[in-house]
Amino acid sequence: MNGTLQLIRLALRRDRVLLPVWLSMFVLLAVGSAAATKGMFPSTESVAAAADSMNGTPALVAVYGRIYDPSSIGALAMLKALATGAMILAVFSIIVVVRHTRSDEESGRRELIGAGVVGRHAPLAAALAVAAGANILLGLVTSLGLAGAGLPVDGSFVFGLAWISVGLAFAAIAGITAQVATSTRGAVGLAVAVLGVVFVLRAVGDTADVAGPRWLSWLSPLGWGQQFRPYAGNRWWVVLITLGFAVVAAVVAHLLAARRDLNTGLLPDRPGPATGALRGVFGLAWRLHRGSLLGWVVGFVVYGVLVGSVAGSIGDMISTPQAAELFRKLGGDNALTDAVFAAMLGFLGVIASVYGLQTAMRLHSEETELRAESLLATPVTRGRWAASHVVIALVGTAVLLVSAGLAAGAVHAAQTGDPSVVGKVLAGALVQIPAAWVLVGIAFAAYGLAPRLFVVGWSALVVFLLLGELGPMFGFDQWLMDLSPWAHLPKVPGSAVTATPLVWLLAIAAAGLITGFAGLRRRDVV
Amino acid sequence: MTAVISVSGLRKAFGRTTALDGLDLTVRAGEVHGFLGPNGAGKTTTLRILLGLLRADAGSVTLLGGDPWRDTATLHRRLAYVPGDVTLWPNLTGGEVIDLLGRLRGGLDARRRTELLDRFELDPTKKGRAYSSGNRQKVALVAALASRAELLILDEPTAGLDPLMQAVFEDCVEQERQEGRTVLLSSHILAEVEKICDRVSIIRQGRTVETGTLQELRHLTRTSITADLSQPPNGLDVLPGVHEFHAEGTRLHCQVDTDQLADVLRALSALGVRNLVCQPPTLEELFLRHYEVTA
Repeated sequence: MNGTLQLIRLALRRDRVLLPVWLSMFVLLAVGSAAATKGMFPSTESVAAAADSMNGTPALVAVYGRIYDPSSIGALAMLKALATGAMILAVFSIIVVVRHTRSDEESGRRELIGAGVVGRHAPLAAALAVAAGANILLGLVTSLGLAGAGLPVDGSFVFGLAWISVGLAFAAIAGITAQVATSTRGAVGLAVAVLGVVFVLRAVGDTADVAGPRWLSWLSPLGWGQQFRPYAGNRWWVVLITLGFAVVAAVVAHLLAARRDLNTGLLPDRPGPATGALRGVFGLAWRLHRGSLLGWVVGFVVYGVLVGSVAGSIGDMISTPQAAELFRKLGGDNALTDAVFAAMLGFLGVIASVYGLQTAMRLHSEETELRAESLLATPVTRGRWAASHVVIALVGTAVLLVSAGLAAGAVHAAQTGDPSVVGKVLAGALVQIPAAWVLVGIAFAAYGLAPRLFVVGWSALVVFLLLGELGPMFGFDQWLMDLSPWAHLPKVPGSAVTATPLVWLLAIAAAGLITGFAGLRRRDVV
Repeated sequence: MTAVISVSGLRKAFGRTTALDGLDLTVRAGEVHGFLGPNGAGKTTTLRILLGLLRADAGSVTLLGGDPWRDTATLHRRLAYVPGDVTLWPNLTGGEVIDLLGRLRGGLDARRRTELLDRFELDPTKKGRAYSSGNRQKVALVAALASRAELLILDEPTAGLDPLMQAVFEDCVEQERQEGRTVLLSSHILAEVEKICDRVSIIRQGRTVETGTLQELRHLTRTSITADLSQPPNGLDVLPGVHEFHAEGTRLHCQVDTDQLADVLRALSALGVRNLVCQPPTLEELFLRHYEVTA
């Protein structure tokens, strides 16, 4: 364990921007949800009605979990934040741990550190400590924020504890996957796959009736997060299970780390083909991105199926005018089902933008990790090389949204027996494409001008999200909220598709791409 | 002979750091040219400008009769490059990378590919992440050497290779030379440059300090002499051109400016020579003289 403290300091130095930004986003999400929901339910009856209809809709229970006390506004207000926040927090913990373990090893930094006075277990211990510290701090600040927003104090601290627990569990799980897989992508992918499995376990367990397999929820760290039941019973004792799991998983990670050599994993590397069939940079880019695209498509189809089934039963669920009002605000002044589709597809549009940014910004890592150098020393031009990744980013986002739209539309059509709804739902997915492309355009323009500006794309995503989430809450000026491309999308299905804003968004995306290509031609390649 | 690469007055700055400060370099067709300099002298920066990856701030650069910044794609059809720091795609095998780079350059000599894989003892079925740095370098070398490019630009290509593989590499470069290809080889491994290069340019702090054949450069340097004489070498130390004079009884060791060698030898033979060892300067000595921090 020698050197753990120094490594923790190194990690904090490297993450001095990342950690505070993430931390504040979570606090904003939690406090924002509390503040936003409180005003919508004036009476205990309206709370109970909304809670009952939520619990009565299996698709919603599958996505968000149950409300364990129908009379508690806290439980109702924080249901989504608890579930969604815990998922994002799990991803956050995975990224932090893998970043300071497998990534360092893959890049060779670990070798440099390992040769110093640093114990065998120090890098893993330091990574886990940083993730744990970040989670605990985040949970505490969130609890204080929720209490400050007027929710019951004890429930607020149980809520914080639930978030911390999920974060710690996934930090430890990532500690294990970082030993098992040999690459950063592999370690993150494996941990996210675990997240997917435990999500399904919780979803099945929570939707099961009393006689069914409710115990499945208890096999899932996400389920434990729910079983803290903040504002609805406040079961402090669940922390014994979650802490116990985190400790055991962390110990397992350390045992695995002690058993393997540097730069190896537990899964052996299999030999591949001795000759290659890749014909050019487009073939290469497809090869590099196809695995991740396939994973994303599966995720989008699953989400589409879920959305398709939720939307069908939405009519039963919204029995209060307040909740109906909530959905109308999100989805436009239309039939409720349409509004639900529009809102859910809007959420998918944001996630598809994440895919687009991640894929386009592979250019940045290809360049800084010097792989681009070998390619650009061949007759391949810079423009062609960049286009090979940008095209996949653009087409990939479109493919994701179309598959989700088709899946949701097909399920909805099967439920209603009306095949015409497929086109309507698909249109809702299609209108999201130009906005996602705008983000890719912004990111590529910045990267083309100077490689270190690649973060501009991610920053734009966060800013646009916050404008959309917080703008109405805090009453921002319209021009400010109009900066976000999502503010201009027609609420489809429901309202008519207006072409003008979509054409403008496409033009902005194209301008971004042109700027990027022009900049890339002029600047030095790292 | 025509110049394949001609660079003059090349300047490049990164922010406030000056990487190249008026560098000159001429590489003639068909020669193996050594590009020598200590770490951070600007070797890689020069090569990246030659590849059109970086844009020169000032100076003129001609590569294969074209401008490397403007005519990048057409010029790259005629050259192959091995970077100093080879990184591969973690999930592509070495064989796949060799074939990809080969196809991008317009085709590989399949027979030569097999032969090179064999000679370098490289397993092409391993994934990029499983290769050691030496083996990653071999992947790039095989891809470059198996191409039909007329110019090879190699950036410290043997840094990660063991002595056996370095010998294989030297053989391969010799073969390239015989086939009439031009090679620009950056290195700080002097023995290698001495063995395989026709001409050498030595750079320091972004400037060319020497250029010429090894023979020409040796004129500028001293020959080291160790001799056993029949009497003590009195009076020799004051002869012009004699440096670092050490005498111990009748044994003598000194360095002599090459142009004064005849006079010194005459004086030595007058004293009666029993044994004489006369060594031409190694590149090592050249290098040390140029890069010594002279206060």
